[in-house]
Amino acid sequence: MAKIMTDQAAEITVSAQGLSRRFGAHTAVDNVSLELKRGEILGFLGPNGAGKTTTMQMLTGNLAPSSGAISICGVDLFERPTAAKARIGYLPETPPLYRELTVREYVDLAARLHRVVKSARTAAVDDVLARCGLTAVAKQLIGTLSKGYQQRVGLAQAVVHRPDVVILDEPTIGLDPNQIREIRGLIRELGANHSVILSTHILPEVESVCDRVQILHHGCTVFSDSIAGLKQFHGGRMVLLGLRHPPAVSELAAISGVARAEAASETVFRLSFANGSDPTDELVRRAGRESWGLYQLAPAQSSLEDVFVHLTQKEDQS
Amino acid sequence: MIFTIAGKELKTLFASPLAWVVLTFTQLILAFGFLKRLDDFMQLQPQLIQVPNPPGITELVVAPLFSTIAVVLLFAVPLLAMRLIAEERRNQTMVFLVSAPLSMTEIALGKFVGLVTFLLLIVGITTLMPLALLLGGRLDFGLLASLIIGVALLAACFAAVALYASCLTAQPLAAAMIAFSLLLGMLLAGETAAEGLRGRGWQVPAALAQVLSPLKNFEPFGKGVIDSYAIACLLLLIATFLILTIRRLDAARLRG
Repeated sequence: MAKIMTDQAAEITVSAQGLSRRFGAHTAVDNVSLELKRGEILGFLGPNGAGKTTTMQMLTGNLAPSSGAISICGVDLFERPTAAKARIGYLPETPPLYRELTVREYVDLAARLHRVVKSARTAAVDDVLARCGLTAVAKQLIGTLSKGYQQRVGLAQAVVHRPDVVILDEPTIGLDPNQIREIRGLIRELGANHSVILSTHILPEVESVCDRVQILHHGCTVFSDSIAGLKQFHGGRMVLLGLRHPPAVSELAAISGVARAEAASETVFRLSFANGSDPTDELVRRAGRESWGLYQLAPAQSSLEDVFVHLTQKEDQS
Repeated sequence: MIFTIAGKELKTLFASPLAWVVLTFTQLILAFGFLKRLDDFMQLQPQLIQVPNPPGITELVVAPLFSTIAVVLLFAVPLLAMRLIAEERRNQTMVFLVSAPLSMTEIALGKFVGLVTFLLLIVGITTLMPLALLLGGRLDFGLLASLIIGVALLAACFAAVALYASCLTAQPLAAAMIAFSLLLGMLLAGETAAEGLRGRGWQVPAALAQVLSPLKNFEPFGKGVIDSYAIACLLLLIATFLILTIRRLDAARLRG
């Protein structure tokens, strides 16, 4: 049993090699490759227009790539499109909802079209409605639901046939913070038995949900590694330091273990620590001794953002 | 799968007011025409009795009713079909079907079958009018069957043309306009060309030009003649436009 489990864990569900897509003279996606194993959640990150949606359209067979190969669980998407598509669940940026159907009718239709056998269909639909918290609104018309509920219906449609691969294009866009938290919970749940590809430009989302991250910029992959690797890449931790009577920035940067210091505002400084060192104690001691008026010392939330800006801008300059 | 899609099309069609409006007004127009002709027939009846071998009620009342259905369909089908693909594109729901494990052929045929089923419903309800005459008289069932077959083929032909028009654009109204122009253009071109060619004594080119005109091919059915050439012409038109639709849908995946 354990053997089978490990085999499954290592199984490659999505493999895309050298995907490119040109629209006339414009190259939207240029030689992007990606690989995903069962149970992994891949965050697809990039600024607007980086080619995330185009890549996802190609992975789901909605758009033919100009060149490259895609296989889903070993099934070639171009040679046997229906067999490959049966293993994918896709939630596009705009959920493809029929407003005039009820939630139940719509999810049932999705199950039928994905060839869920008749005997298992009712149970599958009931199950997915419960998992997405839609049981109470099952008989309502989709058009009358709020945006958050519509997003859940879109998610339900994508997973009702228990696909091996779930592809979600910006699933939390336009939702309020509570709804975002709920959808993220659902995605994490999905990640337990499906492979998930999630596109977003919200950085904390990647940090809180994903196992791996791939960053696209101008259609090219500029970074691909685990979340831990991403933080490592950036070079250690960052803290925000609030001082009422701050010294010069250079004085802060000179403290041993501080790799870089910059002023975020007049009294708040962003310090990044050198790899493997932790100068927090030293900072606090100096602040006390030299009456800097320390009032804030917090881990910087924007570490990923910096990596992102760093990576994408470096690309622009070169 | 084709029937699943057809069922979905019917369900969404009946969820919109359009289907009901079309059903209501086609029935109003057809019922008015039917009653008017019936009235005329009743007044003519005393004179008809004096003619040897007089035309019956099926020829004088029911056949014109079916010709009216043909004209009504010419207007109704572009409106009913415009939603099929153009609206799915505009609402970005086409992704739902394309991402599902379906071939483009299944999607196109599903939508076609859905629309034709609705059109047959119009024909079916209308057929109840002549059947009501059985309460006080007799009908020529041979002619009636020929009319039903003819108008069903005609409806399918219109549906195929309008479905193709619907996949050319993401604007439903533009799709309706294209469908209407295509149908009208085919009717006029086929008719004019056939007449002109026949006038010069060119029988074969004239017969070929007739392929284009669905209404011309419907004529023999109105006389109770099941003309295999007319059937072949209609089937050829249906197949051509379905294949064009499928190819167009496939091309959309390549063009993006």
